Amino acid sequence: MTRFAAGARVRALAADPDGHTRLPRYARGHLGEVVEVRATWQLPDAAVHGVFRAEPVYAVRFSAAELWGSGSHSVVLDLWESYLEEAP
Amino acid sequence: MSGEHGELPVAARVRRLEERLIAAGLATDEELDDILERVFTSASPVNGARMVARAWGEPGYRDRLLADGNAAAAELGFGAGTQGYLLKAVENTPAVHNMIVCTLCSCYPTALLGPSPSWYKSFAYRSRAVREPRAVLAEFGLELPDSTEVRVWDANSETRYLVLPLRAEGSDAMDENELASLVTRNGLIGTAIR
Repeated sequence: MTRFAAGARVRALAADPDGHTRLPRYARGHLGEVVEVRATWQLPDAAVHGVFRAEPVYAVRFSAAELWGSGSHSVVLDLWESYLEEAP
Repeated sequence: MSGEHGELPVAARVRRLEERLIAAGLATDEELDDILERVFTSASPVNGARMVARAWGEPGYRDRLLADGNAAAAELGFGAGTQGYLLKAVENTPAVHNMIVCTLCSCYPTALLGPSPSWYKSFAYRSRAVREPRAVLAEFGLELPDSTEVRVWDANSETRYLVLPLRAEGSDAMDENELASLVTRNGLIGTAIR
């Protein structure tokens, strides 16, 4: 069971983790929309420490205006479930 | 690694990593050489171009490619090189232009696009592609109309992308080999029209 479905509005967490993460800084704190549920994959933040925790991964689309305050393009990025929170 | 790179710090680092893998019994020198040999002799943008040409000529293949990139790659004999990651084909249309980057490293489907060009791995491309893709595309000589939506796909080691470019006008009579010859590596990355 996945927490989010295609079309869901989500926000990437703004927190800056101590160690390795696949949540790039440019997306942190920003609102996006789930395009697709990719699969369930190991969370890299944990796997890098030898801890294996599989999580759903989502393709999330962000508008350039949301990420950068300008621009007309969009960026699609894979994000693990624990990187995301529900957005209104 | 080619001879002229033998003195680079990265070469020494790769060699130390290989030695650790061999010492740990995870691989042998011969196995590592075999893998490199296979990658550099079989990985080529000619493979991605063949998939594009097939998709242009055969709507059923195009549909299968967009639905399941890995299965479509395997159908043309590229299954072994595309194992271990999800292959997603993204289709250009008159309204949408797709472009691939890997902001965190340099992931891309090497088996289908060949070894990645140095600019693809550069900090400049990786940071600017998500920030100002139109400016980057213009530097590649690709000026898109304002009405075209640019979609940037930020890849990672689990999900890798291949752009399905727009078919060339006037290519109706071409066979699959001729169509494949129209497709470039940059077209498969999205930094050229095809």
